[in-house]
Amino acid sequence: MDTKPIPADPGFWADSWHQLKRNRAAMAGLLIIACFALLAIFAPLLAPHNPLEQVIAARMSPPLSSGHLLGTDDLGRDMLSRLIYGGRLSLIIGIISVSISLILGISLGIVAGYFGGWLDKVIMRVIDIMLAFPYILLTIVIVAILGPSLMNAMVAIGISQMPRYARVLRASVMAEREQDYVMAERALGTSNFELMFRTILPNALAPTIVQATLGVGEAILSSAGLSFLGLGAQPPTPEWGLMIASSKQFITSAWWIVTLPGIAILLAVLGFNLLGDGLRDILDPRLRD
Amino acid sequence: MISNELLKIDALCVSFNTQRGKVRAVRNLSLGIAEGETLALVGESGCGKSVTAHAITRLIPMPPGLIESGSIHFRGSNLLSFSEKQMRAIRGSRISMIFQEPMTSLNPVFTIGAQIAEVFLAHSKMSKQNAHTKAVELLKLVKIPDPEKRAKSYPHQLSGGMRQRAMIAMALASPNPGLMIADEPTTALDVTIQAQVLRLLAELKERVGMGLLLITHDMGVVAETADRVAVMYAGRKVEDAPVEEIFTNPRHPYTLGLLGCQPSAPANRGAPRLTSIGGSVPDLLTLGEGCPFENRCNRALPVCRENFPSAAAAGSAHTYYCHNPEAPQTEERRS
Amino acid sequence: MLKFVVKRLLLLLPTLLGVVTLVFFMIALSPGDPARVMLGERASAEQLKKLRAELGLDKPLGQQYALYLGRVLHGDLGKSILTQQKITEELRQRLPATIELAFTATIFASIAGIVLGVAAARKRNTWVDYSTMTGALFGVSMPVFWLALVLIMIFSVALDWLPTGGRMDVRLYFTPITNFFLLDGIILLFKGEGGKIFFNALKHLILPSIALGTIPLAIIARTTRSSMLEVLKQDYVKTARAAGVPEWKVVYHYALKNALLPVITVIGIQFGLLLSGAILTETIFAWPGIGKWIYHSISARDFPAVQGGILFISVFFVLINLAVDLLYSVINPRIRLQ
Repeated sequence: MDTKPIPADPGFWADSWHQLKRNRAAMAGLLIIACFALLAIFAPLLAPHNPLEQVIAARMSPPLSSGHLLGTDDLGRDMLSRLIYGGRLSLIIGIISVSISLILGISLGIVAGYFGGWLDKVIMRVIDIMLAFPYILLTIVIVAILGPSLMNAMVAIGISQMPRYARVLRASVMAEREQDYVMAERALGTSNFELMFRTILPNALAPTIVQATLGVGEAILSSAGLSFLGLGAQPPTPEWGLMIASSKQFITSAWWIVTLPGIAILLAVLGFNLLGDGLRDILDPRLRD
Repeated sequence: MISNELLKIDALCVSFNTQRGKVRAVRNLSLGIAEGETLALVGESGCGKSVTAHAITRLIPMPPGLIESGSIHFRGSNLLSFSEKQMRAIRGSRISMIFQEPMTSLNPVFTIGAQIAEVFLAHSKMSKQNAHTKAVELLKLVKIPDPEKRAKSYPHQLSGGMRQRAMIAMALASPNPGLMIADEPTTALDVTIQAQVLRLLAELKERVGMGLLLITHDMGVVAETADRVAVMYAGRKVEDAPVEEIFTNPRHPYTLGLLGCQPSAPANRGAPRLTSIGGSVPDLLTLGEGCPFENRCNRALPVCRENFPSAAAAGSAHTYYCHNPEAPQTEERRS
Repeated sequence: MLKFVVKRLLLLLPTLLGVVTLVFFMIALSPGDPARVMLGERASAEQLKKLRAELGLDKPLGQQYALYLGRVLHGDLGKSILTQQKITEELRQRLPATIELAFTATIFASIAGIVLGVAAARKRNTWVDYSTMTGALFGVSMPVFWLALVLIMIFSVALDWLPTGGRMDVRLYFTPITNFFLLDGIILLFKGEGGKIFFNALKHLILPSIALGTIPLAIIARTTRSSMLEVLKQDYVKTARAAGVPEWKVVYHYALKNALLPVITVIGIQFGLLLSGAILTETIFAWPGIGKWIYHSISARDFPAVQGGILFISVFFVLINLAVDLLYSVINPRIRLQ
């Protein structure tokens, strides 16, 4: 019998990181994410051109033409620069959407799991109803109502993803609530608020982190889809989904305008999925023996 | 014995490659079963009993498992030289197996009848209808009440004892069974059912005339069913003798300890119950060349750490492997 | 069994009520004046007032909700502002196209997903397993609309093998019977009108089905693999092998029947999701189904239509999930007979 460390114990995270390092797929994911993050942070230094600058004379130059490593689009804008700035945008979208989701989901999940009773019943009922809507449909509808814009797209994705975090966190909070260390704290007269957020939350967060990692990838996909439908970013923003949408008519003549942003999305999402799957293997108690 | 030898295992070595290193699960094991004989293979869990059984039917997953050396002769032919196709023809037809957990060993989404019929279909050309009729006959043979109806039941609808009977019926679904391997057949059952199942096994064995390899850790079961007993410890055979010899004249300290652990062992009734063996089974990963029981043995000598003893005979059919054996029991003390 | 079904149906009622309520308030509480948003900035006060009255927006919120609930219960989803047609009629015309596409996509995803998943499980930790699982990971990471465009680029534009969109070549126009074109094709075949309709409809279905089916394919393959690995570890698989049952039969008959139980649930849920996921795919392939219609209604700010479409698909989704649950209990003898 090996004793399971209390997760909040710093040893737990060090141990998990140690395990993660041995998971090659997860490390590949982390590497992809790190590359995108570096490109995003240093975009102004790394992008060879202004992503909005139109050079009509050089429009639709194929990749590897002079000065444009990945060619130019229909308005003569440098593809590489647009892709780099698009990556910056996608990462920001992913992080903001998931943050919105997490704030909502964690609040609801912890309240439901900690207090139980009628409060739990009401919250879970609402969550169930939200889950009755197919995810993609829910985001589209929310944006349709709020009006098409990038900010609204993020809010919509945030709201649509919220139920899953609330559910996962509620389950782990309910499991932690009965643990000895919580009982001990409670006996010391610690306030509910402190018990919830300082004692239980750090210990119950691991499965939510897994979901959130996968969620960032999904948010990037959804925002690209919304922008493709004209419900997210608006031209001339260099957003990947929008880049694909506005180049639809060139599939016969300039394959790179369509193909490259898609590959960029695929890689970024792949990075988060690889890391998320790896984290799940380590952090999800359901998979532990 | 040579002429009617059913199964003969010689110097069998089986190992498993694990993340922590190579585990030698069975070491230099030799066993023999005569036609119609019941051999009980006893030992604690993890001693290599089940691995031996799986080696005979070649059902050890390879990798990580590996049969390193040795031979397993069944009616004169070496099973280890057989192709997978030849082996498949043997399994379920000449050599059949029943397992410990009748609940998990039966497929939950097929009826009992269909599962027994499947074995007939695997080994002979017959119609599904015919196979089903034969399955019902077998259910009757293993004394399941209302066999027609039970054939249409799913495993979860039967009691534990009934499931084990169904397993036995499945193992008998063959025109001429030679050897049945029963891996802890009664462990999961409660005591009264255990006795019924054992009696059924013994009766069927007589009727069909097959050999039985009974794997168990329960000396009570051994006393009731076996003709001969082989005791295993940490992958090694440590003693091999006729059943009455084992109970009355055990020579290996481990065998004696095993008998002491049994509340129901006949030799021990009246003696203080449950003298458990101190210490624990050694880690198979780090086990050296010495006697594996050395660290728990109260008769251990320095030499026990150095090498594993060679076979010693105590009578024509009794062998043991010990540097410092228990004293032989005299006739007077036996009775 | 009947009791089980009735209980599940009763449990469904609060969820359905919640769905209707949520759909109502989503539109009712949207920021700004819906009438203004629908008609645009240049609309006159007169027009705005007329539309508000028409939609009942001039009444208090509670009354609006009660009226809406009453109408929905009578199966009345209102009229589309754009076409002035009843929304139920609009949906009825488009539903067969959507179901036909979602269905073929699900069939494609299920067959390919199960075959690949089983192969990966059987050849665990070999190149078969690694490439299948890598493929599946790419599948769930890929933007569907992009895949659709790439497929069109390759198979329609470059190779010219398959049409770029639509359900049928215009030259083959016929009066639909069931509005499921594959089915109509078969019926016409029996009436002796040749297989042209059927094959033409099939040809139009291939690319949209692959695009729509890719994510479900990846998910089904992953589920099948892990379920199969779990089942192959079970004792009863060992029993079957020990009884000399041929290996192919052990895998494809004995083990697969167990392994498919969780997969069937996944397939059902994916089918439900595809009905809504079709918004992007239908738009790209000019597929005249509900997804494309909702997209156009959103672009045209036809809120009653959007509201009706969302409600319809959500209720459909809930009902499909129920059907999946019931189906699961039918095929799993352990649940069926308890």
